[in-house]
Amino acid sequence: MFEEGAIFNELLLERLNYFIYVILLLIGLYAMISKNNLIKKLIGMSIFQTAIILFFVSLGVKEGATVPIYKAEHDPHGHAVSHDANDTEVDAGVVHSPQALKQGQVAQYANPLPHVLMLTAIVVGVATLGLALALTQRIFQGYGTVEEDELLVKLEREDARKSVSPLKAKVSTPKKTKTTKAKGSASHKKSVKPNPKASKTTSKRTSSPKKKS
Amino acid sequence: MTENAIAWIFIFPLFGSVACAILGLWKRSWCYPISVFCMIGSTWAGIETLMQAMDSSAGEVSYILGGWVLDLYPRGVGIEFRADLLGALIVLVVLGVGLIVTIYSKLPVQEETPNKEAIFYPLFLLQITGLAGISLTGDAFNLYVLIEVAALTGYGLIAIGSNRAAAAAFNYVILGTIGASLYLLGVGYLYIKTGTLNMVGICEVIEANGLQDSATMQVAFALVGLGILIKMAFFPFHAWLPNSYCHAPTTTSSLLAPLVTKVMIYVMIRMVLTVFGVDFSFESTLWTQVLPWLVVIAIVSAAVMALAQREIKRMLAYLIVAEVGYMVGGVWIYNYYGLIGSIFHVISDACMTLCLFLGAGLILRKAKTTHFDGLRGLFSKMPFTMFGFFVGGFSIIGLPPTCGFFSKWYLITGGMVAQRWEYMVVLMFSTMVMVVLFFRLIERIHLAVSESGENLGHGHGDLGLTKEQTKFDEGPWSMVLPLAVAACIVLVIGIYNQDVVNQIERFLEPFNLPKGTGRP
Amino acid sequence: MKKIALIPVVAIGLLLLYAAQDFPEWGDPASPASSSPVSSHFISKTGVDTEVPNMVTAVLADYRGFDTMFETVVVFIAGLAVLAILKNSRRGRGTRKDHEVDAEPDLIVTNTVRLIVPVIQIFAFYVLAHGHVSPGGGFQGGVAMGASFILIALAWDLDVALVRFPLSRCVVVAGLGIVIYGGIGLISMFFGGEFLDYAELEKVLPVSREMARYYAMLGVEVGVGFTVTAIMFALYANLSTEGRLKGGL
Repeated sequence: MFEEGAIFNELLLERLNYFIYVILLLIGLYAMISKNNLIKKLIGMSIFQTAIILFFVSLGVKEGATVPIYKAEHDPHGHAVSHDANDTEVDAGVVHSPQALKQGQVAQYANPLPHVLMLTAIVVGVATLGLALALTQRIFQGYGTVEEDELLVKLEREDARKSVSPLKAKVSTPKKTKTTKAKGSASHKKSVKPNPKASKTTSKRTSSPKKKS
Repeated sequence: MTENAIAWIFIFPLFGSVACAILGLWKRSWCYPISVFCMIGSTWAGIETLMQAMDSSAGEVSYILGGWVLDLYPRGVGIEFRADLLGALIVLVVLGVGLIVTIYSKLPVQEETPNKEAIFYPLFLLQITGLAGISLTGDAFNLYVLIEVAALTGYGLIAIGSNRAAAAAFNYVILGTIGASLYLLGVGYLYIKTGTLNMVGICEVIEANGLQDSATMQVAFALVGLGILIKMAFFPFHAWLPNSYCHAPTTTSSLLAPLVTKVMIYVMIRMVLTVFGVDFSFESTLWTQVLPWLVVIAIVSAAVMALAQREIKRMLAYLIVAEVGYMVGGVWIYNYYGLIGSIFHVISDACMTLCLFLGAGLILRKAKTTHFDGLRGLFSKMPFTMFGFFVGGFSIIGLPPTCGFFSKWYLITGGMVAQRWEYMVVLMFSTMVMVVLFFRLIERIHLAVSESGENLGHGHGDLGLTKEQTKFDEGPWSMVLPLAVAACIVLVIGIYNQDVVNQIERFLEPFNLPKGTGRP
Repeated sequence: MKKIALIPVVAIGLLLLYAAQDFPEWGDPASPASSSPVSSHFISKTGVDTEVPNMVTAVLADYRGFDTMFETVVVFIAGLAVLAILKNSRRGRGTRKDHEVDAEPDLIVTNTVRLIVPVIQIFAFYVLAHGHVSPGGGFQGGVAMGASFILIALAWDLDVALVRFPLSRCVVVAGLGIVIYGGIGLISMFFGGEFLDYAELEKVLPVSREMARYYAMLGVEVGVGFTVTAIMFALYANLSTEGRLKGGL
């Protein structure tokens, strides 16, 4: 099962990093879609973006390579000197000016491009997370909950209340407030009902309803 | 100055936004003139870039930021801005719409988001910077960064309004992040196989190494495509759009609705034609077979949902979803005329959606509601606004000489020539639905029947309103003038459509798309 | 609902794993990404083009400097958008008063922080300036600097930190960072190069073309550092107090 060329070998041993990042990504994606709490969704978003960053960084790895910062002997400012066994400085013929590296020396350094791209991606992820947290705070201030199902119920009620036709501005609130909390809706019904009939027959002032939009 | 015109396109709004943010702390009223000045400068730079692209022999302007010119350094070392004819046309549309909305925005911003101008205008200008950059960039990762710039400013601009808008923006954040991250993952898959991020460079490597058959390329195409489809609100990923655009402030929806989804369609066309190449996208993947059927479902669902709405802005939001379906279908029927139609529809849809949303903003301001029942008598009360709004409406239906007619003409031609009857039928069906939508609006405004069927007037043109309610009371000129200009642009693009189509045809020449039946 | 959500998740997972068989092996030096002309150019010619030993900083601030400019803009947008969302937002039904405790700042904490914060800030400057030769740069240094102000806010009160770095100053400093970055690019453009072509600055500074890139990169990183510092603190101030800038953690 784990021989060369078999799918398990290819996936789990040689390309283990890709397998791991896919699992992380799926965990993050599942959390973003299915969790009920908004904060948990954001944690899932963070995991999702981290998995993508992990994937990119793992692209730049080269076996036997070091970090993409010039070693002393390739330093462009040419201040490298080497020391022999007695720890005295020997001028090993180092060229004191920048030189281009040859092909063999290039393989000593890891690929810098994925690191650069992921610096950008991390910052973008942080910015998105900060913004989403501010939105969550605003939602909590406005609706008193960060659970998605409760929030949807409150939003639907508010939308139903606000999308009433301006002609029925006063009349239909009794019908619709049956589902909202009974914040004195009983008294509302009694005091409101006589008005619309009066307004409909007399002035027809429907083009300026009392801000029901 | 003019050889760097392509850089001035984003320099003006970038510095303008910082100026608004800093100077606005001191004096809020300076934000509006600074924004208008920067948008005028940017639009000039956009026109200049289009002229340069049209005059150049290759039909494109290439500008490598940082000075890493192509004859000395390998392609992909610097970030390239390529304004070929498609990009230059789209960026001019973005800047033109941005300029019109900036002029329009003076009163709505003061009234709907008081004391926040110093935050609104910087976000507004940065949104335009992001969208303009998306249209010009030639680097796949830079495209991701600019998509995020446009997205983050969009979230901020939507949520600046009310708590309801913040709840809608949260949903947009989740879906938008999934879309952009899938795009980024797709770019990663491309990079792992090609080693470069420059769009033209990727295409060269795919052709040179024969990567068309590799599984990675197929999955990269799927990921990039899926990410962009989520961001352009293609059904069934459209759930974020109606709530976000409906509850956002007037200026925000006037800017975002015409531009964001259309620029994403441009990104899809760019990925298909420039990055992956025509052969790979249309012949090696299954998208050509599958997507037109998904488009049919998308357009029908969006049209039916638009019919169910009783409020102008929500109806327009569902119309946007339907229009996105048109354009996606135009690309994937794999036909020369379909692609011309799709590109021309991007340009015309931006202009006509602009007219509709500007009109809706004016209606909201004057009639205090956008519900269908609150609109009676507006033809005599606000004639210019209604003219502008219905020019946009007739363009969506597709009546000549508005630009919508010509773009639909090319789309239907493409569908017919490619023998994609399902696409043609759904285009006709949705056109009928849109006729119903807009003539129902005319009925609500001009006749005296309410939504519930009551007769409110006394017959023979009496709308049941007093004389005072129907006298001329147009909106402020700073808002009506941009709407009138937008309506004129819709008509002008329609009348001079052949000039625009000539440039599009010049762009599509090298791709050798089939002009007959595209089915193998 | 949670079961239904598993279906698209698993589908995407299978799609991604299907492609993973085609990838080059992990760490393969001959993979297309590692052996492409672009990354070979970065590794071999960074010293010649820019005389900066740290290739990642050179690619970030010079070769792909335009991306970094928009990354800074993204940070700026995050700060502005959080201000947009939370400023003047009324506290609705979600009022909680349990975490607003009026506690005296602790003696040990305040004195330790008094000693540590200057060291943190100097370290932040070091990380920023030394980004050319070691891992570091504008973003990293800016975050450390912003963290020093957050530490003051945590040890004492948010008001103590706001006296030193009020929100209006945050916005100005953040904007200044972008002006520095874009300004260096604009000056390069005025001297005949493309936008962000730092080599053209040799006409102003008395150095060679490569050293002009070196110093311009430092200037650009300073701009980035300004923006990131200011926005990190502004984000903390707004998020911990829900926009009211009183009380907080």
